[in-house]
Amino acid sequence: MTVNDDVQPILVATDLSKSFFGVTVLTGASLSLYPGRVHGLVGENGAGKSTLMKILAGVYERDSGTVVFNGKEVEYSHPAQAMHDGLATVFQEFNLLPDRSVAQNVYLGRELRTRGFVDNTKMAESTKQLLSELGIDFIDPKARVGSLSVAEQQIVEIVKALSLNARVISMDEPTAALAEHEVSLLYSIIEKLTARGVAILYVSHRLREVFDLCDQITVLKDGALVSSSSASALTTDELVRRMVGRSISTYFPGKVEGTERGSRRLRVQGGANAWVNDINLEVRAGEIVGVAGLQGSGRTEMVEALFGISTFDSGRIEIDGAQVRIRKPRQAVRAGIAMITEDRKAQGLALNQSVLDNVLLVIRGVFPRRTKGIRRRAPGILSSLELSSRGLGQEVQFLSGGNQQKVVLAKWLATNPRVVLLDEPTRGIDVGAKIAVYQLMRDLAKQSVAILMISSELPEVIGMSDRILVMNDGLIAAELPAGTTEETILAAATGNLDSLVGASGNQADPRLVGSSDPVAIGGETS
Amino acid sequence: MSALAPKARRRFGTTAIVYIALLAVMIVGAVLVNTAGRNFLSPGNIRDILTGMSVLGFVAIGQTLVILCASLDLSVPYVVSLSSLLGATIMAGNPANIIPAVLVTLTVAAGIGLLIGLTVTKLRVNGFIATLGAGLIIKGYLDTQYKGTAGSMPWEFQLIGATGVGPVPVSTIIMLAAALLVALFLSKTRTGNHMFAVGGNEQVSRFSGIRTSRPTVVAHMLCSVMAAMAGLLLASRLGVGSPTVGTQGGYDLLSIAAVVLGGTLLLGGRGSIWGTIGGVAIFAVMDNVMSVIQLNPFLKDVVRGVIIVAAVAVYTGRAIESRRPRFGRDSQSSMYPSVDLQLAMDQEKERDHEPTS
Repeated sequence: MTVNDDVQPILVATDLSKSFFGVTVLTGASLSLYPGRVHGLVGENGAGKSTLMKILAGVYERDSGTVVFNGKEVEYSHPAQAMHDGLATVFQEFNLLPDRSVAQNVYLGRELRTRGFVDNTKMAESTKQLLSELGIDFIDPKARVGSLSVAEQQIVEIVKALSLNARVISMDEPTAALAEHEVSLLYSIIEKLTARGVAILYVSHRLREVFDLCDQITVLKDGALVSSSSASALTTDELVRRMVGRSISTYFPGKVEGTERGSRRLRVQGGANAWVNDINLEVRAGEIVGVAGLQGSGRTEMVEALFGISTFDSGRIEIDGAQVRIRKPRQAVRAGIAMITEDRKAQGLALNQSVLDNVLLVIRGVFPRRTKGIRRRAPGILSSLELSSRGLGQEVQFLSGGNQQKVVLAKWLATNPRVVLLDEPTRGIDVGAKIAVYQLMRDLAKQSVAILMISSELPEVIGMSDRILVMNDGLIAAELPAGTTEETILAAATGNLDSLVGASGNQADPRLVGSSDPVAIGGETS
Repeated sequence: MSALAPKARRRFGTTAIVYIALLAVMIVGAVLVNTAGRNFLSPGNIRDILTGMSVLGFVAIGQTLVILCASLDLSVPYVVSLSSLLGATIMAGNPANIIPAVLVTLTVAAGIGLLIGLTVTKLRVNGFIATLGAGLIIKGYLDTQYKGTAGSMPWEFQLIGATGVGPVPVSTIIMLAAALLVALFLSKTRTGNHMFAVGGNEQVSRFSGIRTSRPTVVAHMLCSVMAAMAGLLLASRLGVGSPTVGTQGGYDLLSIAAVVLGGTLLLGGRGSIWGTIGGVAIFAVMDNVMSVIQLNPFLKDVVRGVIIVAAVAVYTGRAIESRRPRFGRDSQSSMYPSVDLQLAMDQEKERDHEPTS
């Protein structure tokens, strides 16, 4: 798409500033959104992206600056006002009620009525209409939202915005929880939205998406505007440099000198349960093994079985040559396994406890006699991870995502693990914290720890792994050497390794109804 | 893990399970009653069961609304007692006073509910504490003002508690009509719809532009009004108002138990009136059977306790199983909705890997 200068912007934000309790989080930020165009907003966590979005959405009130939307200056004090004006936001944490139906969620707070009474049939019909305008026929408007996948819930959020005739839709990290093929679904929805003249503000950590989608890219750093330029004038390298002042070559740190591939640390033979089958793998001391695969391919289930959250029904697990019995996480920890879970807020941290309490969480529970020693070592561990907090007593809920992840890592480092399982270790954290996580993995490898890392980000898998396992439908579909291309991994993850046909990342989702092939509205019975 | 949640799996809804449980309780009860040499389905026995349902039914309908909004009402037994006294003293045996007495009683109850609702929503006092306090205040008033039963119900009003259509008592018909009205209110009005929203997630509701205090306040008001209906009904049965009739019935905890037994989530946001009615019916049938077979009254409470805990365990167990197994049982049915990237072709390929179970 070319940028046409005679198109009037739908939204112009000028010199926005915001501070909390005297700490400035956003200063002098400006951006303009044009109808039918996608505007990327990038920056590290804490750079002020979310604050900027929330000011536009009416969650926060700005301290200074102006927002002109649709030709008039606006100042929202409540998100509902912005939404009703047509300035909608799809937050990272969905604003949906899992126990209510899709249609009830779409029209929440504005239920359609016939003769004064809420009309569920009418709401379901118009929701179906909105869905089919996006080319989606696989979501039943009467289905419970809680029964939908993350990607489908996101579509519900977008439909909710459309039902308000949104002129601007901002999306905060929309792909953070999506698998590759769901990302392509989102791409095509964004395409349909821009074709209708909706302006999109797209916040993402994933640079490839930003380049794929955006016409214009604004970079924030430390709350201030770095640049706002046309996407075609930027390269990935240049963008990363603007975000962090670091170029991409240092993105994935190399092996620490003296790292040796040692003896067999972890070995699984014939592991199987209800979700995975025929799991055979080994990880050697000092080795980093990456696990790729689509969401739902059984990656998480495999490491959960290794860690005793849901056990293998058959097969054997060996650590350092000796068979171990792991029926509970407690046994796994005693056997020297650490697991950094996918969802750090729900599974990794006690959010309203202090940094120190979180670091001591596992030690107190499993090795209480070591508590005293670890308590002394805790500041050292945390500073080696470059944690920035207001001290050991700060509650972890007030830390940024990256710093929270560092607390999780410190918690497990305190146990001196021999095997470390990482499930999406860099999800939703900023580039600086990502590099800290990568460096830590390399350091652990140097100390002869065996590392198994699950990731949905293929560059990360390729950049960090000595070997790559690819899972598909509950099985290990392939074992690939370091340096494998993204295309090959994707082919294996989708069960297409033999034919390598259509293995590109932007494969169309077959559930999508093409725009040339409109669906008959209301033609299906649900 | 919601990405892996099953989509098209057929399951009984929670309300259906409540009624299946009710049927089971009735069958077991019928067998027990028959072995005791009595007829479970005799008109007299059915009338006993339905009569047992009506008072608790009123209270539990109101409690359902409050719990849907993620609040709780512990003041109901005191509102029941107060209403029985108000009704009986205002009527004072004069049939001409029936209508004003009922109106005054219900208005007072609505006022109590309004105050509780505002305390919960505006002062942000937890519903448990707010209603505990309100209950104590009313209790104190009753204990100081009334030394015993007071007032008297005119014969015409006592008929409500005493007559019936066939084996169905009039009081039960009124209770079921109230249940129907409240169920329609929940599904057909915005305020009713918003009760589910506010109880499910208050922040989501606020961000969607819902005035979040209104549903909770209305729920508390309706809950107190329903408790007042129960109080009036009890007074019509007794012929007088009594300051202890509510507490003797234990309607606070019993109504919460019936609501939970009916499948409503104690945390709010999910549930139904008809589930609650099912829960009330289960209690009524159990009580009836246990008194017909002359079970030790202490054992009665043991049975009740076991049933409540077992019911919640069943509901929770259903909620936990959110990930569908891929291998072993249930695996052939269909693919994960989010992974069917290559459809038919690949399914065949993958089936070769699957173990034969």
